[in-house]
Amino acid sequence: MRRITPLLWLLFSAGGTVAALLYPVHLFLTGLAFPLGLIERPRYEFLQRLLTHPVTRLYLFVLISLPLFHWAHRFRYTLYDGLQLKHLTELIAVLCYGAALLGTAMTAYLLWNIP
Amino acid sequence: MGRQVSAEPHYTLYHPRWYRRPVSVWWWLQNRAYTGFVLRELTSVFVAFFALVYLWQLRALVHGPDAYGQFLARMRSPLFLTLNTVAFLFVLVHSITWFNLTPKAMVLRLSGKRVPDWVILGLHYAAWLVLSAAVVFVLLRR
Repeated sequence: MRRITPLLWLLFSAGGTVAALLYPVHLFLTGLAFPLGLIERPRYEFLQRLLTHPVTRLYLFVLISLPLFHWAHRFRYTLYDGLQLKHLTELIAVLCYGAALLGTAMTAYLLWNIP
Repeated sequence: MGRQVSAEPHYTLYHPRWYRRPVSVWWWLQNRAYTGFVLRELTSVFVAFFALVYLWQLRALVHGPDAYGQFLARMRSPLFLTLNTVAFLFVLVHSITWFNLTPKAMVLRLSGKRVPDWVILGLHYAAWLVLSAAVVFVLLRR
């Protein structure tokens, strides 16, 4: 665990930057503007075509995976300090990073299997 | 007396158990700065929430038009509109607090002089604006 701490910090900070730069606009469009009809949403065929491009796939991989690791790292320490669960250190770390790894694996699997 | 002076001092390995006052689980509500800290840390939950929404959308897109239609219908439900609104506010808090920390985390030097904080801040906010506009441009291209 101690040996990969610098890597976890790097993922935390890279994920934090990706989320800070790109999440507000994506969340506003996908979560509010399109469902509420404030802006006309893109058609399915258009998004499908966008997904065939390798740059889009790489973008989506980075957009989903890195912020998950950002969450895992930050939430882990919030649980330790906020709820005083220091005695569950290992279990919490495994659950948090495990969830981020699972999300990353699912994203990679989906992106890999696009026809 | 009579003991040799050695290079390694001998300290006792045992110390008494320190007395620690028990702290309430709600310690962070007693002070506004602490509450702000915990709220900032909790933005990560909403970041993860949206990562999962995007993963869900990707899955729907891969599975076909019906699955995508279902995803869109779910996004129109009051539950998700509420969740998305709350998440949007928290994600904005994340962006602002994250950028405001960058001058402290990132010390740049140009020809020996430290780049002032406002330049680093300004560059991050400019990048935020440009990237957001780029996302809108790509997604709304007709």
